[in-house]
Amino acid sequence: MSIPSTSVSVTSSAAQTRAAYLSHLLALAQRSETTLPWLRELRDHAAVRVQEQTFPSTRDEEWRFTDLSDLLAVELAEVGGAEVQAAKLAELAKFYLPEADQSRLVFVNGIYAPQLSSLHHLPEGLTIGNLVNLPEAAQQHLQTYLAKQTGAEEVFTALNTSGLSDAAVVQVRKNLVVETPIHLLFVSTSSPALIQPRALVIAEPNSALTIIEDHVTLNEGVYFTNSVTEIWLGDNAQANHTRVQRDNLAAFHIGKTAVSQARTSRYTCTVVNLGAKLARHHLGIHQTGEQTETTLNGLTVLHGEQVGDTHSTIALTKPYGTTRQIQKNIVDDRAHAVFNGKVFVPKEAQLTDAGQLNRNLLLSSKARVDTKPQLEIVADNVKCTHGATVGQLETDEVFYLQSRGIDADSARKLLVHAFAYEVIESIPLASLRQHIQL
Amino acid sequence: MVIGNSDVILSVKDLTANVDETPILKGINLEIKAGEIHAIMGPNGSGKSTLSKVLAGHPAYEVTGGEVSYLGQNLLDMEPEDRARSGVFLAFQYPLEIPGVSNLDFLRVAYNSKRKHEGLEELDAFDFDDLVQEKLGIVKMDAAFLNRSVNEGFSGGEKKRNEILQMAILEPKLGILDETDSGLDIDALRIVANGVNQLAHSNNAMLVITHYQRLLEYIIPDYVHVMANGRIIRTGGKELALELEERGYDWLLEAEAVV
Ligand SMILES: Nc1ncnc2c1ncn2[C@@H]1O[C@H](COP(=O)(O)OP(=O)(O)O)[C@@H](O)[C@H]1O
Ligand SMILES: [Mg+2]
Repeated sequence: MSIPSTSVSVTSSAAQTRAAYLSHLLALAQRSETTLPWLRELRDHAAVRVQEQTFPSTRDEEWRFTDLSDLLAVELAEVGGAEVQAAKLAELAKFYLPEADQSRLVFVNGIYAPQLSSLHHLPEGLTIGNLVNLPEAAQQHLQTYLAKQTGAEEVFTALNTSGLSDAAVVQVRKNLVVETPIHLLFVSTSSPALIQPRALVIAEPNSALTIIEDHVTLNEGVYFTNSVTEIWLGDNAQANHTRVQRDNLAAFHIGKTAVSQARTSRYTCTVVNLGAKLARHHLGIHQTGEQTETTLNGLTVLHGEQVGDTHSTIALTKPYGTTRQIQKNIVDDRAHAVFNGKVFVPKEAQLTDAGQLNRNLLLSSKARVDTKPQLEIVADNVKCTHGATVGQLETDEVFYLQSRGIDADSARKLLVHAFAYEVIESIPLASLRQHIQL
Repeated sequence: MVIGNSDVILSVKDLTANVDETPILKGINLEIKAGEIHAIMGPNGSGKSTLSKVLAGHPAYEVTGGEVSYLGQNLLDMEPEDRARSGVFLAFQYPLEIPGVSNLDFLRVAYNSKRKHEGLEELDAFDFDDLVQEKLGIVKMDAAFLNRSVNEGFSGGEKKRNEILQMAILEPKLGILDETDSGLDIDALRIVANGVNQLAHSNNAMLVITHYQRLLEYIIPDYVHVMANGRIIRTGGKELALELEERGYDWLLEAEAVV
């Protein structure tokens, strides 16, 4: 016989578990060291933000479809350092991109790894490196940007900041066009660990750059990556950003990309989510000036019991802004994809043009997708379109290929590939496109 | 052309088939020998496309009775891809668009799966390119179509020409053309018909499904079959097509009803 318990006590004990877990995460985060006074201040401030909040549950609207309960059962530890075993170096080298062979920053478990990084023949006017090794003047300058994006107080973003001891920094001086793509490679080797990568990218007015942010693993154990990337685009600056997440299937990954765009700047982001047991990526775009352009291409591919959650928030605050967003999800087995795309168009943002499309391909009857476009439009002279489709592979399509001699399995693969193609094609590096074979 | 004792390529006996439990084919009998061109005509909805899809192995059509022998093998036992690799080719009435798959890659994968089946070495991209360039001439197609996604954004006529290009590359033993002429203007019709004529020879056979006698002025059939309500109700020579053009189908349907 079971003993009846009141729902109140169940709830409160679940809440206690979550609160205890958040404290556990915060304590772990704060164990990383810093000697810089300004950074200590920033961290302490963020720690307070964390303490003020609760660890999300599915009762929170923003986390309704993404249940973090499994994470609560994982006892995390400090990262083991930035060492990569000699035996694993060849495996790591497979992630290197020939196009960015002399413009690569490597962080192992969130810690800078100079011996694996490669910075040569880069133009004057490009500041690239890890925060704590930059000259003091540069650090001073960065203080006005670090952790200053909208949404910095959100619980996981603040958690990252509360343990911030270093960061990947890329800053492009005014009018400089950096032709070489920059590769930020974040590798996990430590388990069970809380890994908190951080990146700060600043493109000054009229500058341009291409960034590849790649989250990879050499490790089969469980870990929790909580990553934050902040990108600032000055007037008329241009950034092409690719973010790939290929953590192992035991891992948890929560990622934040926060972007601020000044007038006539252009930001293109291609996000490819392949790994992790549970992954959540939140892309927050803030258009702060007129006539800015934002292009977002997303692809999530899930198998087994994976959960892949894409949240995006786009705020168009000034006239003549445009956004183009496509999010594609390919979901197999019992996996679960979530898409929530918010677009805000306040009264000041007249003559803007926002387009959003979410397309889902379900490859099994047990696969699941929850999609929610959320357009809040106050301005009256705007063009906004959105759509969501959920489909399966069409028998007629598979048959067409079979009737040309292609076996059913290869036909399905070809069609899945074709579905993903539009997003993969937008990755600017051929070598990376090749890596992302589904 | 009808050749005295040439090999039987396709032999269909009392074939019946359902779609969603509804009988569509109600006993088809047909024999096609090497070197022959057969035409099937008939009113809309009579089951012509159904027959072509059953022969190609579409899973939506359930064969409920009868036999189909292809080059001596039981065709109905074969997977669609194996039928294709053994030389059955269906030019679709409505070719599908496959965004994201380049026409050239598609053609190469299809061609190489046939080569593999025949125990031949696969062609690499370069050699295949030469082959395609040569075949493009057969349907007077611009090479620019090769780099586009399969049929995506193609006009009706371009899709049909692309089907014939595929046929030219796969060199079938049995080519089934389902209303390849529908929606074509006269120039495109000539090009397509010309292509088919170049591909037909004494070792293969063509089954041409059409609505209009017009096509048969360019592709001269040895036999014309009239299909109605899931059966072949009349078989004749090429003059039958002309008669149908003049008199329509009603007289045949009435004659059928009397029997
Ligand atoms: N996939 C299908 N699902 C349902 N009905 C079908 C399907 N294919 C064909 N039919 C039906 O079978 C009959 C014959 O169609 P079809 O073979 O396309 O004729 P035709 O090609 O001679 O015009 C029609 O009544 C049509 O509606
Ligand atoms: Mg038809």
